[in-house]
Amino acid sequence: MSAFIIRRLLQSVVVVALMSLLVFVGVNVVGDPVHMLVSPEAPQEEIERIIRNLGLDRPVHEQYLFFVKNALNGDLGRSFVFGEPALKLIIQRMPATFELAFAALLMAIVFGIPLGIYAGIYPDRVSSKLIMSGSILGFSLPTFWVGLMMIMVFAVMLGWLPSTGRGETVSLLGLKVSFLTIDGLRHILMPALNLALLKISLVIRLSRAGAREAMHLDYVKFARAKGLRESRVVMVHVMKNIMIPVVTVLGLEFGSLIAFSVVTETVFAWPGMGKLIIDALHNLDRPVIVAYLMIIVLVFVIINLMVDILYSILDPRVRIKDAGR
Amino acid sequence: MSDVVDTAAVPPRVETPLQRFAADFFESRLAAAALVVLLTIIFIAVFAPWISPTNPYDLAKVSIFDARQPPGAENLDGLTFLLGTDGAGRDLLSSIFYGLRISLGVGIASGVIALCLGASVGLTAAYYGGRVDTVIMRLVDIQLSFPAILVALILISALGKGVDKITVALVIVQWAYYARTVRASALVERSKEYVEAATCLALPPRRILFRHLLPNCLPPLIVVGTVQTAHAISLEATLSFLGLGLPATEPSLGLLIANGFEYMLSGSYWISFFPGIALLITIVAINLVGDQLRDVLNPRLQK
Repeated sequence: MSAFIIRRLLQSVVVVALMSLLVFVGVNVVGDPVHMLVSPEAPQEEIERIIRNLGLDRPVHEQYLFFVKNALNGDLGRSFVFGEPALKLIIQRMPATFELAFAALLMAIVFGIPLGIYAGIYPDRVSSKLIMSGSILGFSLPTFWVGLMMIMVFAVMLGWLPSTGRGETVSLLGLKVSFLTIDGLRHILMPALNLALLKISLVIRLSRAGAREAMHLDYVKFARAKGLRESRVVMVHVMKNIMIPVVTVLGLEFGSLIAFSVVTETVFAWPGMGKLIIDALHNLDRPVIVAYLMIIVLVFVIINLMVDILYSILDPRVRIKDAGR
Repeated sequence: MSDVVDTAAVPPRVETPLQRFAADFFESRLAAAALVVLLTIIFIAVFAPWISPTNPYDLAKVSIFDARQPPGAENLDGLTFLLGTDGAGRDLLSSIFYGLRISLGVGIASGVIALCLGASVGLTAAYYGGRVDTVIMRLVDIQLSFPAILVALILISALGKGVDKITVALVIVQWAYYARTVRASALVERSKEYVEAATCLALPPRRILFRHLLPNCLPPLIVVGTVQTAHAISLEATLSFLGLGLPATEPSLGLLIANGFEYMLSGSYWISFFPGIALLITIVAINLVGDQLRDVLNPRLQK
């Protein structure tokens, strides 16, 4: 077991190292941030002074080693645009993104599971078929366009919900959160639903498949034969069978929610990490781009590592197969 | 006796595999309709310059006085804008036709290149096995553990904008799916007797890979290909919407939608709405065709 964890841990370190190299070299080959900061008419000495200040005059490999040394000390460079440490900027925006992702996750569970179970128990009803067509649509609709249409309908035409920003926030354990104020809730509703749409479709499919399977299993038949109420059979017995795949998949999908929040945050001007990276990409703010990509790679590697380890605890076959490779 | 003569005179209708495939495919009316829609869209994309009412990128013909006309409006020259005009006075219907051309072009091109690349890599992994297989599949696993949009963001930040660059990015995002699919079916095929026979004939590995193994791995590859192409089109639109995809000189559907964003808050809904509908119809049609292909090509579901 510990050998398995150590091997996976080493693999993760290699992935992070490789990605850091890829990201750094890739990002440093393109664009010229100097032209962004100084006007073209600036004197040559001024331009050279800035290049020296930013360390852009040294060879790329030296810049990389310097970057790694600093990164290990928690310094991922200063934003060219904000003049603040890139890491600090990203960590400041992180709670907003995580709040959005968690809200979307919650919506996926709250809407997805009941709809999926209903479609699984009554597969022939028209309403079930509507739910399933809806889930196909949910897979096909481009997220950003749905977001725009939501703004058009609920913000512009009906005027029910605000279209941009986080609204009023309160401090919870030192973090700013939106979901504890009415105004904040009104602001988070549309972006969270937009981000959740794909996951709702996914959960509907998973719970429908699980419910259909469970309805024919002996323990469900037995529960019925015992004379339990239908609602109890579904809520307790069928539900248990569904929760395992749903929770596993959603755990894995949490990372993709954070990645996709880039799109939702841009549409709804949600002040999270995603909006920051898009702005940074437009401004060629390289330290912020590199820092964001490194942080997100780290988040993903940690999620994947945790899932792998959990799997190997739940299913010993995984680690035996892995050792045999 | 006469019976025998009769059957000899009228040769029995022999169904070729292609005919059987077509019959199976058109069993679902929804899939047939989707195929018709898809073919229409491809036709529009290919012939956009000839069938568009106007050329939206001919500066001499576009007038700022026509800007933000609602659907169905007519201008002074008697030209009707069926779907309205955008902020620069371009006919939206024509822009969508041209946009489809770019969206489909990038999506299909990247899909085909990724398919060739992924199939070659996957076949190689399955055929040689051992260390080669381990290294390739580890790479595939690592890439697939990151969401496509994240990989695309990393690549775009490294490569920059442009049609060629976004195609490269989409190829890199997609190849792993093809490699995994081909490897899985090639591993099954590899243990079959015809491959053994070919190996005994001392045929070169390249010939065995591409002439013997590949044709038998095609069905799942085609299914993944349709779904992936839909993904690629959607991803390209998303990147273009974020301003990271195609430059404004080559506006895909995603860019058209992005251009309409600023006008939407003042009530000009159509500039974003119609390109989105075009995108949606394209993606749904491809997915429906892909679904039916999966059912038809899956031997387990055949009667």
